[in-house]
Amino acid sequence: MRYSGLQVLWQGLTGNKGWAPVWREPEPKPEYDIIIIGGGGHGLATAYYLAREHGLTNVAVLEKGYLGGGNVGRNTTIVRANYVLPGNSEFYSHSMKLWEGLEADLNYNIMHSQRGIVNLFHSDGQRDAYARRGNAMINQGDDAILLDREGCRKMLPYLDYEQTRFPIYGGLYHPRGGTARHDAVTWGFARGADQRGVDLIQNCEVTGIDIENGVVRGVQTSRGAIRAKKVGIVVAGRSSQVAAMAGMRLPVESHVLQAFVTEGLKPVIDTVVTYGMGHFYISQSDKGGLVFGGDLDGYSSYAARGNLSMAEHVIEAGMTLMPMIGKARMLRSWGGIVDMSADGSPIIDKTHIDGLYFNGGWCYGGFKATPASGHCFAHLMATDRPHNAATRHRLDRFTTGRRLLDEEAAGSQHNLH
Amino acid sequence: MHINCPHCGDRDQREFSIRGHGTGLSRPKGETWSDDWNDFLHIRDNLAGRIQELWHHGGGCGAWLVVDRSNVTHEIFGTRLVSEVRS
Ligand SMILES: Cc1cc2nc3c(=O)[nH]c(=O)nc-3n(C[C@H](O)[C@H](O)[C@H](O)COP(=O)(O)OP(=O)(O)OC[C@H]3O[C@@H](n4cnc5c(N)ncnc54)[C@H](O)[C@@H]3O)c2cc1C
Ligand SMILES: [Zn+2]
Repeated sequence: MRYSGLQVLWQGLTGNKGWAPVWREPEPKPEYDIIIIGGGGHGLATAYYLAREHGLTNVAVLEKGYLGGGNVGRNTTIVRANYVLPGNSEFYSHSMKLWEGLEADLNYNIMHSQRGIVNLFHSDGQRDAYARRGNAMINQGDDAILLDREGCRKMLPYLDYEQTRFPIYGGLYHPRGGTARHDAVTWGFARGADQRGVDLIQNCEVTGIDIENGVVRGVQTSRGAIRAKKVGIVVAGRSSQVAAMAGMRLPVESHVLQAFVTEGLKPVIDTVVTYGMGHFYISQSDKGGLVFGGDLDGYSSYAARGNLSMAEHVIEAGMTLMPMIGKARMLRSWGGIVDMSADGSPIIDKTHIDGLYFNGGWCYGGFKATPASGHCFAHLMATDRPHNAATRHRLDRFTTGRRLLDEEAAGSQHNLH
Repeated sequence: MHINCPHCGDRDQREFSIRGHGTGLSRPKGETWSDDWNDFLHIRDNLAGRIQELWHHGGGCGAWLVVDRSNVTHEIFGTRLVSEVRS
């Protein structure tokens, strides 16, 4: 069924009896051309673009839980294209362009909202760094405006500008940045892939990868063995475990990142605001909740929950920046398992095993990458050549130590990116 | 999370900072780039289970500790001083 305003009206008038399930629940076939391990945002986007761009539809996505139960359903939904380094710059720019056409392309309301992002700065040095970042964004063809303190005050009158800790000097404004509804992105890609014939198989955990003489032959799963000519690993926080099934060790550590949401409020924060000095960022969801977060807890974790000390730290930073939020009540907090790469940038590459491909290392910033990650990974899996927008996200950059993509100059420390 | 410092006893995690994976103690000998350096800086087993990691008791005695911890449950099984592990 094609979705439209008229359809909503018609269904409303006829008792909402015509809505069908959005995707099928197929049994796994014994063999596929391509298996994607992981039904998060990136796995589903990969399957969608394999079908849409390359006509490959004998494809299955194997998900150990339910579609969208991983990080794609746990993130704070920020979408931006404000990277500096060659490699990342063109990749996130490519992703932004895909986001801008995604609702029409998927025929699905993903609530993509280009409400703008302001990255605050608090010193002359930080202003210079953001001016440079803004120039890099403009050079890449994206948008950036350097705001002084008064410019910021007009947009964000509720911040504490004179705070003694980090007085606000201004901000880098990225008008095309914003948010999207994370679950809807998952469901939109899932529906698009299913409609084109991809099998989405839930409750199907991959437990082994079959390799013969350096060539991938298929996978072992909780629902039996499935053969495949090509296999793509797209499992975010579980990257190291699944790669280990193929005997690989990755430049990845899994960490916990927490996020928080308040009760629903009337509209009050109409952009995304980031306060890097304090380790805090915030936006308001369309339901009205203030959605905010900060840094990693810092230690390796597969618990999908963090500790109180980081919750306190994030909330203190929020109170310092915008004292008004002290009146809001916090509703929930949660954590996700993020795949921190050694240089803070992702990997979209072939492996040394024929027919086995790897996509991961998204750290805490892979939601914005969802369309481009799927698009470029599908291109790589279908053609065996990297997409132009993702030529530098190679696994071997770690082995050689050349062309590392260390966006924040944090050095080779997984938990500092 | 509480960490039991061999010097100070059971203390709140807020007094400590994480200093990375226990492999940080096995720095390669060579000065030039090699597979050993790639392994040391970048590559991790990243097991889900019991791991060894380095914590610094900056808000207490200042000691560096090797903490034996489950990254699945966050349970801590034991702590030792780096100075003792090394000797
Ligand atoms: C709290 C938080 C906030 C974030 N905020 C942002 C943000 O504002 N902006 C942004 O750009 N990014 C953000 N991120 C990062 C972003 O969510 C992730 O980088 C991205 O979702 C990862 O890709 P994915 O969607 O494919 O991962 P996931 O949704 O985690 O998908 C991986 C899937 O693989 C499945 N899987 C694992 N092992 C197996 C197996 N053996 N067999 C079968 N299936 C398996 C999992 O069940 C899971 O569903 C945030 C992350 C967190 C945790
Ligand atoms: Zn101590």
